[in-house]
Amino acid sequence: MCLSILAFDWEGSSISTNPAGSVVKPRGFFSRLIDNDIAWSFFHSPAAMIAAFITLVCVMATMLAPWIAPFNPFDPSQISLWDGKLPPVWVEGGQPQYLLGTDNQGRDMLSTILYGGRLSILVGLAAVCLGMVLGVLLGVISGYFGGAVDAVIMRIADIQLTIPGILLAILINGIGRTLLPLELREDFAIYVVIFAIGLTDWPQFARVTRGATLVESQKEYVQAARVIGLPRWLIIMRHILPNVMRPVLVIATIGLALAIISEATLSFLGQGIPPTTPSLGTLIRVGNEYLFSGLWWITLFPAAALVILVFAVNLLGDWMRDALNPKLR
Amino acid sequence: MATDQALLEIHNLSVQFPTRRGVVEAARAINLQVQPGEVLGLVGESGAGKSTIGNAIIDLLEHPGRVTEGSILFQGEELRGLDDDAMRKVRGDRIGMIFQDPQTSLNPLLRIGEQLIETIRKSLPVSDKEAHSRAVDLLEAVGIDQAEVRLKSYPHQFSGGMRQRVVIALALAGEPDLIIADEPTTALDVSIQAQILDLIRHLCKTRNLGVIIVTHDIGVIANIADRVAVMYRGEVVETGPVAQIVGAPQHDYTISLIAAVPPADRKLERFNSVDYIDGDNLDHSARRIDVGTHWLGEQSHSKSPDGAAVSVENLKLSFVLERALFKRNRKMLQAVDDVTFSIADGETFGLVGESGSGKSTVARLIVGLYKPQAGRIRVMGQEVELHKQDEQSLLARRALQMIFQDPYSSLNGRLKVLDIVAEPIRFFKMAGSEKQVRSIVKDLLDHVGLGAAAAMRYPHEFSGGQRQRISIARALASRPRILICDEPTSALDVSIQAQILNLLKDLQQELGLTMLFISHDLPVIRQMCDRVAVMRNGAICEIAQTELLFNAPSHEYTRHLLDLMPRMDLLDRHYQ
Repeated sequence: MCLSILAFDWEGSSISTNPAGSVVKPRGFFSRLIDNDIAWSFFHSPAAMIAAFITLVCVMATMLAPWIAPFNPFDPSQISLWDGKLPPVWVEGGQPQYLLGTDNQGRDMLSTILYGGRLSILVGLAAVCLGMVLGVLLGVISGYFGGAVDAVIMRIADIQLTIPGILLAILINGIGRTLLPLELREDFAIYVVIFAIGLTDWPQFARVTRGATLVESQKEYVQAARVIGLPRWLIIMRHILPNVMRPVLVIATIGLALAIISEATLSFLGQGIPPTTPSLGTLIRVGNEYLFSGLWWITLFPAAALVILVFAVNLLGDWMRDALNPKLR
Repeated sequence: MATDQALLEIHNLSVQFPTRRGVVEAARAINLQVQPGEVLGLVGESGAGKSTIGNAIIDLLEHPGRVTEGSILFQGEELRGLDDDAMRKVRGDRIGMIFQDPQTSLNPLLRIGEQLIETIRKSLPVSDKEAHSRAVDLLEAVGIDQAEVRLKSYPHQFSGGMRQRVVIALALAGEPDLIIADEPTTALDVSIQAQILDLIRHLCKTRNLGVIIVTHDIGVIANIADRVAVMYRGEVVETGPVAQIVGAPQHDYTISLIAAVPPADRKLERFNSVDYIDGDNLDHSARRIDVGTHWLGEQSHSKSPDGAAVSVENLKLSFVLERALFKRNRKMLQAVDDVTFSIADGETFGLVGESGSGKSTVARLIVGLYKPQAGRIRVMGQEVELHKQDEQSLLARRALQMIFQDPYSSLNGRLKVLDIVAEPIRFFKMAGSEKQVRSIVKDLLDHVGLGAAAAMRYPHEFSGGQRQRISIARALASRPRILICDEPTSALDVSIQAQILNLLKDLQQELGLTMLFISHDLPVIRQMCDRVAVMRNGAICEIAQTELLFNAPSHEYTRHLLDLMPRMDLLDRHYQ
């Protein structure tokens, strides 16, 4: 995530520090990636670096789960009910092969969290992408064409924003499930969740994109493109979209954290991912039932994983907002 | 105050800005003096460090700048190292500031009376009533009528020039001994500029104030300053009485700077070349190409039957200022009011006027960015419509290109220069292969004096003048017959302006282009144009041959504009 942002954004205030346009050699992709104001700000912000590091570790660990997790929680041959409800190693009764203990079905907690985190991150990413594509598209159309199109799109967004996000997601999720034939519900649950969260997310993106589009389309480079006679879709794709992506990427990062939480909330409420392929939210819900019988580790570790992940992504988003919008500082 | 002592003495002042590309020395070993009752002009091009000095005096340097060396003695007192509280007292009470933009230097939510009285009470030990009468006096002093009534007005109820007068009144409120004016007239029209400069000079003389005027405009300096310090790259290269600096400059940089100012009183063949721009080390001697055989010279447009490249008849456009349900309640602005002119093939036609006169709107109407409410526009004998993709319209579009005012916003920062310049070529499919596109772009960049290597870089790596060259290359890429230049040099420094204008002149002669040249700057218009139209409030006052217009203007408004032109040959006007 963060690397793609850096690649996107190399432009900066080098004009002011580079008086009278002394000649700069044409630079390759890599040198532009490293030597720019955004990267500079990144390497001078310990919070951003730590956040990026944690995010990277989380993403790598979960994506590589099939290779690094000690057990495969979905392989019945590796699960033994006899090993159920074991505490973490450092607690009395813990066993060395189950580092963070086991859950009620005897699955290794560490492995389950890694697999569950993978699902959470993937669902979050997919949902944000859906919301972003939808929102950016509608926002850019709204901002560039204006008039009735703008009014309709933005009023729909306004109305949607009056409904609390999680309520709406539950609603869309519920409707989506009901529409599916019974035998497909389990298999398609993940896609329904992605769809529900993505649809809840788009007004944020649409609003920001519309604002940026209004600013950009007044600029002279867009007018120059119009004077050349380029068709509107080409102006939007080539000239406006790349220039409105900065703020969009900022909300996308913060939106990713929110989407992961939304997914966890849906799953926690039993509305999201089924327990057979657990995500972090599902794990927390399952563990919650055992919390009062003293099996705290089943819910605490997935919850801690969720908090760390969301916190790191949020920090990254905050830094990015500061770095990309110096005026906000 | 001792009279034999200078009001402000700056010794060996250096200011540094640490950045990620190393420390930038914004000012180096500056020595300046200001006497009471004297106007010191601080002149230089952008980035010369002139504003930095003004800000350093009052300790308002932008983060992360800092004064690293030297001393600032104000009335014999060292200002460097004063703490924030002491500095704040110096700022309002003893040193007044006038900033560039009167829009932003007044609080829009407070009546100007409140702002004035608050400032007076903060710095002088007077009662409310006394402060009120002082405020009235101040407004009268800066030339605002009915001061008593005007105190109750909000800033938005004043025009730009009036607002700048209020800002000056605010600067005077604490009865300062020194006023620092940073580009005080840059945001204003010429007619208002002259009034404001006269006012500042008058106040300086009657109240025995020291004034530092920071500006990039030699004309302003020539009209107001007693002494001038010329800055270049953070250093003062020359100091002296204004008549000497403008009339007989000593330093090479000053000589080329003065030479680059377009003269108002005669027409030059070419602008004097400015040799002292050592930072701009690209080779600007544009490579000549043989137009007869080169791609650029190929003609795809037939001449229009009546010989007019562009003709505009009874053009009208109004903007809605305030929306309302009923027509009679709407407030409209007649931006373009019954404008008619035609530009002959190969001619340079000038459009001159103050801001808000509708000259840019006319340009945007011609290229199709706005739709006229009435009237006809014909380009090469054909009516043009934007976004129409049929062959006729595309051909007409190609013949017409525009160069914009602001080189920083007229190029898409996400595209390489190659892609920016190639856009029209690719879109109109004017080249057989991608290889040919590249070679054409490189030729074009060479031709505007940038060098082919520029193609693979991004716009932000170039300075303002270089960006404007890229803009010109893009405009030429569709092989237009008509070039519309909307204030192409008003965002540029005067030395760069001379280069760009020379380039435009050369291109026009070589390629036989027709040009519509829009500017608020009369001397520039005189150098560039064959015929000129003067616009005011959306209507054309006068169209005449350039020399005729400048020597024998027939319309009253034209005469008025010509009178206001800053003239460097009238230096002794203030010394009578």
